[in-house]
Amino acid sequence: MKITKKQDGTQLTIALEGRLDTTTAPELEKELKDSLGGATELTLDFSKLDYISSAGLRVLLQAHKTMAGKGGMKVTNVNEIVGEVFDVTGFADILTIE
Amino acid sequence: MKELKLKARVENIPQVTEFIDAQLEALDCPMKAQMQIDVAIDELFGNIAQYAYGGAEGEATVLFDFDAAERMASVTFVDGGAPFNPLAQDDPDVTLSAEERVAGGLGIYLVKKTMDGVEYRRENDENRLTIHKRI
Repeated sequence: MKITKKQDGTQLTIALEGRLDTTTAPELEKELKDSLGGATELTLDFSKLDYISSAGLRVLLQAHKTMAGKGGMKVTNVNEIVGEVFDVTGFADILTIE
Repeated sequence: MKELKLKARVENIPQVTEFIDAQLEALDCPMKAQMQIDVAIDELFGNIAQYAYGGAEGEATVLFDFDAAERMASVTFVDGGAPFNPLAQDDPDVTLSAEERVAGGLGIYLVKKTMDGVEYRRENDENRLTIHKRI
């Protein structure tokens, strides 16, 4: 998985490319741990994300909770596979998806 | 029937995915079904790698089968760990809020929802979990 980070003031955008799964979720977890301190708004750009498994959902839930007290988190450009995972697991109701 | 035997380690998940994807690509499997199967591999082989041998090192076998008449692909995960039937777990409550969510159970639930069938058997002191997906 490739992680690309863009910081605009306190707005942080993280774009993921590849697969967010058991092997790669720890990479995103570490990146968020290092980067979320100064961010008030987080955007996760999934335009190049192929799929997500439950290991990735766990990291998204953590990030969602961390950002809930600040400006919030949104997920953008979700493909059909990722959208299905969000729908089936109820994450579509928890996350802000645009 | 194609077979891959390897150490049940998280680092080996990509090797399993590659093995199954090669079979699916040869069968002109639609990309959506292939990715759903890849997610299922991550959930199921990942569970075996993390839990089947209680932290000790063990082996797992992945079998691929295809019923051409039904266009049904089947992947079986075999491990020699303690008896564990993931299908016997209660489904998680997917209506809970972020604060109420508890870890666990989502992966197998996702597999049940996206595959056309999932079966568990305990046989010869091994756990055998099979997923079926029409491609």
